[in-house]
Amino acid sequence: MMSDDLAALRAETAEQLAAAADLRAWDAVRVATLGKSGKLTGLLKGLGAVPAEQRKERGAALNRLKGELESAIEARRLALEDAALEARLAAERLDVTLPPRPAAPAGEGGIHPISRTFEELVALFGAQGFSVAEGPDIESDWLNFSALNIPDHHPARQDHDTFYLPAGADGRRPVLRTHTSPVQARTMLGQEPPIRVIVPGRTWRADHDATHSPMFHQVEGLVIDRGIHLGHLKGCLIDFLRAFFGIADLPVRFRSSYFPFTEPSMEVDIGWNRKTGQLGAGGDWLEILGSGMVHPKVLANCGLDPREWQGFAFGMGIERITMLKHGMPDLRPFYESDLRWLRHWASDPLSPPSLAEGI
Amino acid sequence: MKFPLSWLRRHLETEASLETILATLNRIGLEVEGVEDRGAALASFRIAQVVEAEQHPNADRLRALKVDPGDGKLLSVVCGAPNARAGMKGVVALPGAFIPGTGITLKKGEIRGVASEAMMLSAREMGLGDDHSGIVDLPADAPLGESYVTWAGLDDPIIEISVTPNRGDALGVRGVARDLAAAGLGTLKPLPTPKVTPAYPAPLRWEIADPRACDHVLGRAIRGLRNGPSPKWLQDWLVAIGQRPINALVDVTNLFTFGLGRPLHVFDVAKVKGNTLTMRMAREGETLSALNGKEYALTPEDGIIADAAGPEALGGIIGGAPTGCDETTTECFIECALFDPVRIALSGRRHDIRTDARARFERGVDPALPPLALDLATELMIELCGGEASEVSAAGTPPAWQRSATLRFERLAGLGGAEVPADEAVGALERLGFTVEARDAAKVTVAVPSWRNDIAGHGALDQFPGLDPARARAAAEGCAVIEPEADLVEEVLRLRGLDSIPPVSLPVSGIVPPPALTAKQARAVLARRVLAARGMLDCVSFGFLEAKTAALFGATPPELHLENPIAADLDQMRPTPVASLALAAARNAARGWPDVALSELGAAYRDPSPEGQLAVAAGLRAGQTPRHWADASRPVDAFDAKGDALAVLAALGVPMAALQVTADAPGFYHPGRSGVVRQGPKTVLATFGELHPKLRAALDIAGPAMAFEVFLDAIPEPKKRKKGAPDLPAFQPLRRDFAFLVDATVPAEALLRAARGADKALVTDVALFDRYAGDKLPEGKVSLALQVTLQPREATLTDAEIEAVAGKIVAAVVKATGAALRG
Repeated sequence: MMSDDLAALRAETAEQLAAAADLRAWDAVRVATLGKSGKLTGLLKGLGAVPAEQRKERGAALNRLKGELESAIEARRLALEDAALEARLAAERLDVTLPPRPAAPAGEGGIHPISRTFEELVALFGAQGFSVAEGPDIESDWLNFSALNIPDHHPARQDHDTFYLPAGADGRRPVLRTHTSPVQARTMLGQEPPIRVIVPGRTWRADHDATHSPMFHQVEGLVIDRGIHLGHLKGCLIDFLRAFFGIADLPVRFRSSYFPFTEPSMEVDIGWNRKTGQLGAGGDWLEILGSGMVHPKVLANCGLDPREWQGFAFGMGIERITMLKHGMPDLRPFYESDLRWLRHWASDPLSPPSLAEGI
Repeated sequence: MKFPLSWLRRHLETEASLETILATLNRIGLEVEGVEDRGAALASFRIAQVVEAEQHPNADRLRALKVDPGDGKLLSVVCGAPNARAGMKGVVALPGAFIPGTGITLKKGEIRGVASEAMMLSAREMGLGDDHSGIVDLPADAPLGESYVTWAGLDDPIIEISVTPNRGDALGVRGVARDLAAAGLGTLKPLPTPKVTPAYPAPLRWEIADPRACDHVLGRAIRGLRNGPSPKWLQDWLVAIGQRPINALVDVTNLFTFGLGRPLHVFDVAKVKGNTLTMRMAREGETLSALNGKEYALTPEDGIIADAAGPEALGGIIGGAPTGCDETTTECFIECALFDPVRIALSGRRHDIRTDARARFERGVDPALPPLALDLATELMIELCGGEASEVSAAGTPPAWQRSATLRFERLAGLGGAEVPADEAVGALERLGFTVEARDAAKVTVAVPSWRNDIAGHGALDQFPGLDPARARAAAEGCAVIEPEADLVEEVLRLRGLDSIPPVSLPVSGIVPPPALTAKQARAVLARRVLAARGMLDCVSFGFLEAKTAALFGATPPELHLENPIAADLDQMRPTPVASLALAAARNAARGWPDVALSELGAAYRDPSPEGQLAVAAGLRAGQTPRHWADASRPVDAFDAKGDALAVLAALGVPMAALQVTADAPGFYHPGRSGVVRQGPKTVLATFGELHPKLRAALDIAGPAMAFEVFLDAIPEPKKRKKGAPDLPAFQPLRRDFAFLVDATVPAEALLRAARGADKALVTDVALFDRYAGDKLPEGKVSLALQVTLQPREATLTDAEIEAVAGKIVAAVVKATGAALRG
């Protein structure tokens, strides 16, 4: 039971708060209630004079009231602030139908190095007859893994450090695609061969350190036709790598390897100098991409008869080739949007890659 | 996988140099990750003896030694090591030697009047550890004058290769040796033929209670053994590959794991409860305290080995602590089993146990090896620990692994692009252990060796559910034929080296290729360039951010919340790239760069479906425009963002005259200073405006910040129509200005539209050239001044005609907006 004086104070404060139309009035109420010589403070101070047998009960009631008043006062402050902000926003209203200025504010704009490499990839593979295919970042498990001959128990699944989203209606968890390869399956299901596409895009893996970013970019290549063989894969990649890095005699080495979605599989190295970072010379090898002939199971999973169709696929890291090409030392700033870094590495929008002008 | 060269040589008879071995490993798909040659830097150090050790005459803490480096010619050495004493053997470096631990090259010298002609080394000075408490103290039988490296076994380079998931067989040194032999680097040494005489019945029997838990298992006991440290050669090998020697029995099982790729396990018979080891699935609630010191709660999907007391091992993954072998073991029971690779992989992943056994079983071990492996292990354990062997206890049957594959020789060129003589191809396969079952001029059929479960395997297809059934069947049939053949092509090319395949440029259909980009893709590229040309810096940011921040910018549905984010601030797919740019603006401001113009061509995520991912060209300008004498600096405003958005739309071919701006922009904008650009009532092409003050406060952006989004997917494909002829009237246009007084709440757009529509034949352009609001005007009113361009077509306009059209314009504006013409 709250004694009458406390109930009266509560009612009185509520009334005064409701009447406080602005923050100044509100503050007066606050001080008059909770301030040093405020009413509640006074009651609390007077607790010592209360007979001992009532003190406990009254103390508890006072504390309860203190809590109530504090939250009522705070709530009123928020309401007044919101109202003030709304009034301010209303007063600040602009006529947004007014035509904009004829020119943009002056500034140094530029194209991000990843975007630049995207465009260079399109130009160089475009010259080899590739077109660009795309797919979403959020993929089904089947497209990201199963279609590509990576069943659920496959050790490769662990290497992928996959990000998962909550399971959908089918009970399967969508993934953030761990590579651009699901677009291989999308393309084979979406069009009849012959196929010749590259897929530049965002990819995601749960890995974050100096050389790994949880979001990064890959470019996938897929060629399906009759009579396409490993020699074509080598030719296509050598042609690309030499043009991209601008080194006509760039050494390119092919090593046998394994990927679930290709067979035979190979890793591709380019020649460089490990100490200086110079490409094309120095006698060291640097792994740069993975590739292979499309696995018959991948073809069959996507409805193509491997007796009739064959081809190759490859995938490489866009950041990696960008860093190598420009001698950029660190991966992390790519995504930090630091003005100084962007200005340093950006390229001129008026000079897009062009085979005629040189890449 | 790591192995010292000496271990490889145990299996491979070869003259090849280390360099050739490494190059070959790389070529055949066993990529070399690194080589550790610990001995190379220490090659010149010799084992020497301290003959005399006297106190240095002029230094309390030094001693004057006489050291015999092996040739009897005593050297004077000044040494500070407290443990230097006459008679001890140690390691000496002679002048000219490089001391790895100190980085200096040794010279003869004199230390406080005593000549020092050499140096006695500590372990740290040799770079072999941190011990610098004294010089190394070698056993008395260390051979005087010999190379320390050779004596210590440090001249054995350790090779590390990465083994791809298909090559379980190469997770044993013998498998690597076999590949190298097949690649022409020597011959594979045969395994010894063990002779084990069983002396008593097996004390434990196997029972396979559930075939899911195990296919086949062999076991045998050895009694009367004495378990202790294993011999130096075995310990050296294990240490070299990063394993800790434990005791002879356990070390032998590790020798088989890494040497033959055949994991074994040993139980201490005395610790096993009952006389039966049962292969079964775990029961709910059962636990295993494993050899790694951890306790695992088992599930009914885990295959286990149990005794009367319960689970004693997670089959094929990890053994249990209670029944493990230690120095007190006198009778052991060796387990050699075959498990289902898929079950091992799933169990291992479920419990996050990564063991060397699991790595091998989940890739598949040689199903034909167990009897021989068990005998070899028994023999070696008896050799090291003594004792006698029991009979073999067995259960289950080895799974059928025999299968064949056919290679049409023309496929080596047809798929592999390499002209390989048939004899070479067949020879390569035979060296790998394939046996020819049939051969004619066009093809060869070979039996696949037991250890190559990656060749002609029967892994299931996982075809797209929506395929036409006939098409799916044909594809599956084709795969069954082509896959084993592709496996064989790969083997032949791998051994040969892919570098030998001649590269062929892709044939193109014509010299000038078709466009690589669709119209939509080209639009995105153009949008990026337009914004960069307007002074914005193109950014690439993470598509996920902290859910709390994301919520400031729009809906954050749980379907777009990551289940396993890598960091708490990267857990929600972003509702708009504006969010990323706003965070970037705040970061730049914190570095002292508050004035930014950033853009991004990125994704906004509405839901997990492909359609729920929108391609957005977004931008953000914050702070002030640059200071310049000819152009004053000012805060950026909503019209800058509007200008950016409209510039993108115009460049992408959107008909601009038909666009409308409404004031219902998303909640992250200032409600009175933002707009939505619409094409028709339904299609939203863009939003723009000032960021909401609350949002700026939350993100710590002090100054003004303007943003926009252009929804690239919403822009309809521009119609491919040829342009008509340009409008080139013969008469001069004339321009008239009109100023209206209008309620401040009336959109300027309404006036412009009314004026344009007043006379569609004559009015060709209307521009707003002045806007005035101030105390000279009545409260709530603004003055808007329009310049109207009139274009006569038939004849010059008369004054009366001009008056008439001016009247129409004023009337239209007044009618549409309630404005009044200012006098």
